[in-house]
Amino acid sequence: MKNKFVKAIFAIVLGSALVTSCKPKNSGDAVSGDAAQKAYVAPGKYDEFYNFVSGGFSGQLSVYGLPSGRLFRVIPVFSVDPEKGWGYSEETKPMLNTSNGFVPWDDLHHVEMSQTNGEVDGRWVFGNANNTPRIARVDLKTFKTAEIIELPNSGGNHSSPFITENTEYVVAGTRFSVPADYSNGDVPINTYKENFKGHISFVKVGKEGEMDLAFQIVTPGVNFDLSHAGKGKSHGWFFFSCYNTEQANTLLEVNASQRDKDFIMAVNWKKAEEYIKAGKGKKQAVKYAHNKWDEKTHTATSEIKNEVLVLDSAELKDICYMIPCPKSPHGCDVDPTGEYIVGSGKLAALIPVFSFDKLMRAIKNKQFEGDYSGIPVVKYEAALHGEVQKPGLGPLHTEFDGKGNAYTTFFVSSEVVKWDIKSLKVLDRVPTYYSVGHLCIPGGDSKKPFGKYLIAYNKITKDRYLPTGPELAQSAQIFDISGDKMQLILDFPTIGEPHYAQAAPADLIRNNGQLKFYKIAENNHPFVTKGEKEAKVTRKGNRVDVYMTSIRSHFAPDNIEGVKLGDEVYFHVTNLEQDWDVPHGFAVKGADNGELLIMPGETATLKWVPKKIGMYPIYCTDFCSALHQEMQGYVRVSPAGSSVPLTWSVGTNLPKATK
Amino acid sequence: MKNVKISGLSKVLLLITAVLFASSLLVPMWQIQLEAPQYPEGLVLRLHANKIGGDVEIINGLNHYIGMATLHTENFFEFTILPYIIGGFAIISILLIFIAKRKAVLSFLLLYVTFVILAAIDFYRWNYEYGHNLDPNAAIRVPGMAYQPPLIGYKQLLNFGAYSIPDIGGWMLTFAGILMFSIVIKEYKFNKK
Repeated sequence: MKNKFVKAIFAIVLGSALVTSCKPKNSGDAVSGDAAQKAYVAPGKYDEFYNFVSGGFSGQLSVYGLPSGRLFRVIPVFSVDPEKGWGYSEETKPMLNTSNGFVPWDDLHHVEMSQTNGEVDGRWVFGNANNTPRIARVDLKTFKTAEIIELPNSGGNHSSPFITENTEYVVAGTRFSVPADYSNGDVPINTYKENFKGHISFVKVGKEGEMDLAFQIVTPGVNFDLSHAGKGKSHGWFFFSCYNTEQANTLLEVNASQRDKDFIMAVNWKKAEEYIKAGKGKKQAVKYAHNKWDEKTHTATSEIKNEVLVLDSAELKDICYMIPCPKSPHGCDVDPTGEYIVGSGKLAALIPVFSFDKLMRAIKNKQFEGDYSGIPVVKYEAALHGEVQKPGLGPLHTEFDGKGNAYTTFFVSSEVVKWDIKSLKVLDRVPTYYSVGHLCIPGGDSKKPFGKYLIAYNKITKDRYLPTGPELAQSAQIFDISGDKMQLILDFPTIGEPHYAQAAPADLIRNNGQLKFYKIAENNHPFVTKGEKEAKVTRKGNRVDVYMTSIRSHFAPDNIEGVKLGDEVYFHVTNLEQDWDVPHGFAVKGADNGELLIMPGETATLKWVPKKIGMYPIYCTDFCSALHQEMQGYVRVSPAGSSVPLTWSVGTNLPKATK
Repeated sequence: MKNVKISGLSKVLLLITAVLFASSLLVPMWQIQLEAPQYPEGLVLRLHANKIGGDVEIINGLNHYIGMATLHTENFFEFTILPYIIGGFAIISILLIFIAKRKAVLSFLLLYVTFVILAAIDFYRWNYEYGHNLDPNAAIRVPGMAYQPPLIGYKQLLNFGAYSIPDIGGWMLTFAGILMFSIVIKEYKFNKK
């Protein structure tokens, strides 16, 4: 009896040991021994890749190194940045101008690097604004936002800024269909089906990167989600995923998830160009801002444009075709050969892969199952290459390694799954911590991926880092994908919420002619001061312009008197340094905006309206030399109507005033 | 004493010497390299026959901390005459081919050596002048510290390590001197008649 009891206890213990050993391994176990070595970049050594990561709701673009995960720079794009004076200096304010006026914030979701022949070329990075619809272009010689163009007829530019293989166009698709700007928008919301329209925008990119809204295609009202250009054989086509084909205007969570299949819209943009040549586009009156940064004047200009060319997708045949795609497709990714289009139905339990050749054949043979508001719907099977069965739950995005493999993220099952594009067989899977959204392989959406690392950008951080209260860092994870099995090698925290990211070999950007400083001789700023002898202060009514220089380690002038209450003072500070890595800052007490951060050879302007009589210190904010703390001065503010004359000096005490 | 004619080989060497003198005018003669923790890429002053080149503006900017006078090409009369002197050396070398007398070559070698010594003294004088004539109101004053760069070789000057060495032109001049010396040795030692 006693023996039986002991045996029973033993059985229970053994049984529970077996059960607990079946518990999935945690991330500690998932990291293997040589991970640190693979992610280690020794002090003073460079990373292999630049990683341009969207800053999400920070509105900015962050730049990391791979494989170290080190943050190099946060480039201000759509949001003001007092640290760098972005949106605070007079010169940068026009960059954030829109048809709604000055908009100080946006939500940057996706980034796309410029390409030549389908390969990343290291010239520019584009970013989208998901709230007030815009596209920005960042110049990779200066790592500075060079241009921002607003998109009319749009609400939330989400399926953007994806590009064609020679950067002919950067596209945008409206996430929220809305009544067009050229129609009456003051309509009941529940008239969505008749009054709300989708618009996708094709923005032409010039040789120097300059953007121009070439045309828009008007579509039925749906939500456009993501997109990718065809490449190689499918160059000339663009693919946009769309959901809410139910055309719901409320409780989309339920109402936009009714149909078994939504669409991937295939757009033949070469055909659209033909229609434009034939004069089939309609010019519509709209209003949108186009903002450009000028390297020579160190100043942005904002122009409001009033017209856009619109093509009607239902009226003009052969531009748009709908491919049915299961369950509210999100990611819409084209493999390096241009043959396979991967749709990721975010509520689906499989991944459909479409074949470009089959799609062309289906269109040619008119294998349609009907139309969607005048746009032909291709039969699902006619365009389908095949489905990846049981890949995971909630597929979102797919990137490619150039070796015939695809890597898809799964939000719900929190994993990355590697599968073979041709055979559609699942090859490997790794967990992510937690709930991965986008992923990035260097060049992973181009013709030439560098399939060495994969970075997963996670939506939930939870316990990955030391806790910091309710608000936690965002998180990314790097996997080594050079072998058959994916291997986690590093976690690194990121700013904002990282959505899409791009990466390119470091040398491609390092050697693109990086600018180290601006040549003072080429500075054409209207308020430049090219030497201390030219420093001065002028008054015109209540406007006071201070032509100021900074060089290690003093301002000229650094004593200013004769400013009166009611004056608007503009400090135009020119950094006279002509050496790399010697920025100067400028700050004045009580300024109700930011500071200036002025690169060598640059001029920047801070507007200051003193509100009280008294003495106002100014100083350099960026530690510039051993005598940085001495780089300071004073501005005296007298009452309105005071007789204190306007004087300025540096290094000499002016004669003591009589009063 | 009879004037001995120089050999054909010596004439060829003289031609090379002339070319070396002439081409040295196109490249920097001397360089002072500066290294500091803040300047991993290094800074350099390049002294050409007719100007100061390299990172002059940056070095002038840095030198204001210790109160050193700023360097400007127009403040050195040497840059106006040096190109003519060296150009003259090139012409003399050519003329020597036609004169073709070993005594003439010897005289030119002695003249050249004298020039080099005077140039070194002049260079030292300027180094001393700039290194010691410091603004008494300078921000950084280290008692007893002078910032005279070495005539040749290495010296630590506060956070900067200074290397003063010939640049391409300097090496050309050195080689020209060696060639002339070789001609003299050859003509006097091995051509005894």
